[in-house]
Amino acid sequence: MVNNNSSSAFVKFDRVQKSYDGETLVVKDLNLEVPKGEFLTMLGPSGSGKTTCLMMLAGFETATHGEIMLNGISINNIPPHKRGIGMVFQNYALFPHMSVAENLSFPLEVRKLDKATREEKVNRALDMVEMGEFKGRRPAQLSGGQQQRIALARALVFEPELVLMDEPLGALDKQLREKMQFEITGLAHRLGITVVYVTHDQTEALTMSDRVAVFNDGRIQQLATPDQLYEEPENSFVAQFIGENNTLNGTISDLKSDVATVKLDSGDIIDCKPVNVSTIGERTQVSIRPERVELNKKRLPPGSHTLTAEVLEFIYMGDVFRTRLRVAGNEDFIVKTRNSSDQVRLNPGEKIEIGWSTSCCRALDA
Amino acid sequence: MVSSSSTNVLLSADGTPLKKSLNRSLRQQKMRALLLIAPLLIFILVAFIMPIISMLSRSVENELVGQTLPLTVQSIQSWDAMSGELPDEPVYRAFAQDIQNAAKAKVHTKVALRLNYEKSGIASLFKKTARKAKKWDIENDGPFKEKLIKVHKGWGEVEVWQTIKTHSPTYTSGYFLNAVDMRKTVQGAEWQPEDKTILIKLFQRTLVMSLIITFSCIILGYPVAWLLANLPMRQANLLMILVLLPFWTSLLVRTSAWKVMLQQQGVINDVLVQLSLISNEGRLIMINNEIGTIVAMTHILLPFMILPMYSVMQTIPPSYLRAAKSLGATNWTAFWRVYFPQSVPGIGAGSILVFILAIGYYITPEIVGGTKGVFISNRIAYHILKSLNWGLAAALGTILLVAVLILYWTYDKIVGIDNVKLGG
Repeated sequence: MVNNNSSSAFVKFDRVQKSYDGETLVVKDLNLEVPKGEFLTMLGPSGSGKTTCLMMLAGFETATHGEIMLNGISINNIPPHKRGIGMVFQNYALFPHMSVAENLSFPLEVRKLDKATREEKVNRALDMVEMGEFKGRRPAQLSGGQQQRIALARALVFEPELVLMDEPLGALDKQLREKMQFEITGLAHRLGITVVYVTHDQTEALTMSDRVAVFNDGRIQQLATPDQLYEEPENSFVAQFIGENNTLNGTISDLKSDVATVKLDSGDIIDCKPVNVSTIGERTQVSIRPERVELNKKRLPPGSHTLTAEVLEFIYMGDVFRTRLRVAGNEDFIVKTRNSSDQVRLNPGEKIEIGWSTSCCRALDA
Repeated sequence: MVSSSSTNVLLSADGTPLKKSLNRSLRQQKMRALLLIAPLLIFILVAFIMPIISMLSRSVENELVGQTLPLTVQSIQSWDAMSGELPDEPVYRAFAQDIQNAAKAKVHTKVALRLNYEKSGIASLFKKTARKAKKWDIENDGPFKEKLIKVHKGWGEVEVWQTIKTHSPTYTSGYFLNAVDMRKTVQGAEWQPEDKTILIKLFQRTLVMSLIITFSCIILGYPVAWLLANLPMRQANLLMILVLLPFWTSLLVRTSAWKVMLQQQGVINDVLVQLSLISNEGRLIMINNEIGTIVAMTHILLPFMILPMYSVMQTIPPSYLRAAKSLGATNWTAFWRVYFPQSVPGIGAGSILVFILAIGYYITPEIVGGTKGVFISNRIAYHILKSLNWGLAAALGTILLVAVLILYWTYDKIVGIDNVKLGG
């Protein structure tokens, strides 16, 4: 059993490609390793190939090229029902003609377990999601959140080591969704199962996952932990896609190992941290998070560049203030400040000086 | 008390009770809606409800005898039909009067035909008598007992008079008894003689063959409906056109085509002989019998099975099958435990449709059924068009209608009519 592949990776995509029509690739050269027990989220806009990847892992789509390994064994030619992977579907896919207990008992019946064992496991799974009293109900008699729990229990009842979830919380309202996020992660960690989770909701991805794979255009743009993804996006797509982000366009005028000087299109010059820029004269998109912008000049480290900004809009949001500024020609430059006692409220039309520490300002590909 | 009750009635702005003004405002809407559907309502009433009522009433109606022979019917009541003796002179006299009136009004042939259904030979007896009776003087020409027996010795037979008496009431169960191979006699209902029994056998055959046809349609239609629901749009549309293609061809043409295919010198037999699967002498008989009817009708009714099935299958998301497989079910288990139960309403709807259509089918069994493959509807057509025994035809039709209603009711009890889906 022990070989190079299986030593760390429980699930492994090895140069996987997928095409439906033979003309365009939906998934381009996917390489991904998921260690055992990890909660990995595939995040991306619709059409980015994340669901296709999940379907290939589940066995409902075949990879056009490359290999998918589970526990060190290639599963390309193993039909879905023999893979032993639990799956939670977007619309739950609870069988409408069976009761809750029958739904849960189904995977155990096809595994030919005896009645007593089946009942015990069904009860245990239902208790796990706190739905013990709903055994006799039909799915149609349950609310969305309850159906969600049953779908989860059904995917777990036959004790799979790997569970796939395809936007399972998409149909729930915000409050319930947040509650379920905690329940799912809690359950996953308690049971020690590996989860591959697909979503297009970045908050969901950031809250729930150990690692997030950001998909776009059939490729993984960045695979990192949630904090890395937010703090240190590796390219402009990830910076734009995850969280709120201010961008300024310009050209690299000087490049040292840890500082890149960028001449913005407005003529201003700022210092940035070079991320994926390599040559002087290259176009770049500078990315700064709204909460990293400093309005108080005194707090900036000495020698920092500052820019002049004009306040366009000031929005009071309770715990934070949101200020829209015009900075170097960009009229959608957002600054978020905490509502602390020393914070001043700005009025539209005011001219102010803003700045940031060089490490928070990332020069990315244009 | 008075004040409290008056405050309980909600009043609208102008002081009239709210319920009253609500009704008034809705009445206009209802009237307008009614006017809009009035043409359809009238059409259904005239073209659908009335014929059914008329058919139902025809199956028990028996006014003809009482209207044409009023005096006879009246005076024959006192005669004991079971005595084995002929009626007395007053009955003969009354009959002579009736037949003379009928002959003058030229209505005697109708009643003769009516009674001839019950006892053959009566028609000629009436016609001969009517010719003579025209010249009689009823006041003076008696006694009529001898006179009538002289005209035709049939008037000396007790059974003739028994037949007249049995079938004299305005309403009769005679047609229904005939419809189930029985007849009405003075002793009550009794079975028809062996050589006249055909209808029960026809009913049985109609039911059995309709069931076979329905079942064949399920077997053949299910995979097609599944393909329709699961193929990509383009191919599914093409397949749908193929399914609907038969509707664009005349029913008669399709049935005749089966005649070409199935007959002994037909395409299928020729091919089998060519392939030496059967010898030239042993050509299969596949037409003018049950096989011909079953094959042709299954083909013709297949779309009625496929379409309801398809519309139900279309609503079953593919994620159910995927879920079943991800839970460890093989393709077959996933289909049988998860997909099939959800498609049952479609099978039910299709089966009801096909079965009800099959049970009353006429033209196809007529063309390809020969004598062994005809249905009860062909017999009904015979009685309407050839023997002109509309009463019997109406009784047969009524029994068919009741049979369908009973089946419908049974289905509702077993499967539940709510589970039938014709779409969405």
